[in-house]
Amino acid sequence: MIDFTLPALGADMTQGKLLEWKVKPGDAVTRGQVVAVVDTSKAAVDVEIWQEGTVAQLLVRPGETVPVGTPMARLLVPGELPASRRRVSPAAKQRATALGIVVDEVSGTGPEGAVTLEDVERTAASAVPPVARAASPTGKVADMRAVIGAAMSRSKREIPHYYLGESIPMARAQAWLESFNAGRPLPERLLMALLPIKAVALALQKFPEFNGFYRNGTFEAGTGIHVGVAIALRQGGLVAPALHDVADKPLPTLMQELSDLVLRARNATLRSSELSDATVTVTNLGDQGVESVFGVIYPPQVALVGLGRVSLQPWVEGESVQALPVMRATLSADHRVSDGHRGGLLLSEVRERLQHPETL
Amino acid sequence: MKADPRYDQIIAVLQSIAPEVDAKDLSGSEPLRRQVDLDSMDWLNFLIGLHGAFQVDIPESDYARLVTLDDVVNYLQQKTVQASTRSG
Repeated sequence: MIDFTLPALGADMTQGKLLEWKVKPGDAVTRGQVVAVVDTSKAAVDVEIWQEGTVAQLLVRPGETVPVGTPMARLLVPGELPASRRRVSPAAKQRATALGIVVDEVSGTGPEGAVTLEDVERTAASAVPPVARAASPTGKVADMRAVIGAAMSRSKREIPHYYLGESIPMARAQAWLESFNAGRPLPERLLMALLPIKAVALALQKFPEFNGFYRNGTFEAGTGIHVGVAIALRQGGLVAPALHDVADKPLPTLMQELSDLVLRARNATLRSSELSDATVTVTNLGDQGVESVFGVIYPPQVALVGLGRVSLQPWVEGESVQALPVMRATLSADHRVSDGHRGGLLLSEVRERLQHPETL
Repeated sequence: MKADPRYDQIIAVLQSIAPEVDAKDLSGSEPLRRQVDLDSMDWLNFLIGLHGAFQVDIPESDYARLVTLDDVVNYLQQKTVQASTRSG
């Protein structure tokens, strides 16, 4: 018998409110299956399970708010048989059928945990219908501010940040993107914002000390390169869900995934793995006309790459000055794990990658 | 512009991306992205929506012509008239 506990969906989450169960006792579950919808005060999140088994009992009801780590359900591992058949009085069984209640979900108070008629009646009286996903009530915005504030305070308190900046010529990337998009219908076109994300992921393969988590006094390198993409929400606030295994995927695949991620971030239908497993963050404020970003690292991550707008700048090459599209990239990194020297090399690797857009 | 039969459809596409938009508050002659706070992903999705709703192709080289709501209405007017003349 194993417990399915409420996972931390991001460093800033301490509790969650169960909105809905997607499984019921008796259901078999597989790794990665969405089993519940939980409200984290940032978003309603589809929570996945990472164990296989059969749901034996649901311990938390929709509408309840519980701390991270609380057992939410009991599971039988494959091959395990139910401990013993629950004893149910005949009257209770009959009443449960009439009320449409699953007897397995009723906690018994009779001898040896037997389910009595009163138990069934009590369960029926307290049954709560699934709570609807709240679109964006006003209280949500204040909740989200508090949650972001807590995470960022922790970051500024615990992480000794250092900051580096680099100007990246973007003429080649722009020309490549233009010709890539020219022959394609709208839904297949790529956004410029995607190229630096891929370039960062490829650069991180050479500089693994910027990709992962700082936990319990040590750095753990990430098992994949999962780039958290900061997405502003229309009602205010932001989330940074992960694009998974960015270095290994071609740009068109990443474009589809990014577009889907933005859509789901805004509709509040993100998955738990997307909110908890980003190994680095990229934030792009170029759309707002910002030149450079001095980012705050999202704990327990150890680095954040900030991207500004691409704009025409005077650029000296050899002895002549020309107008070139340039983007300012910055790195905020954790001094407990890395130093400016390596950080500088990481940023120049990103720059180099963007000079060869056809290899992204 | 608001009299154009395409106007309501354009607003509907816009609202599918920015649900908080109220058509009453929009000016036809001011840059749309500044009025509605659309980032480049939103803008691309807006164009994909127009492409779907009006069955027109919008090459990337035309993006610069689409700044205000009036621009969008005019552009679609031209495009759809061209298409119907060709097919007719």
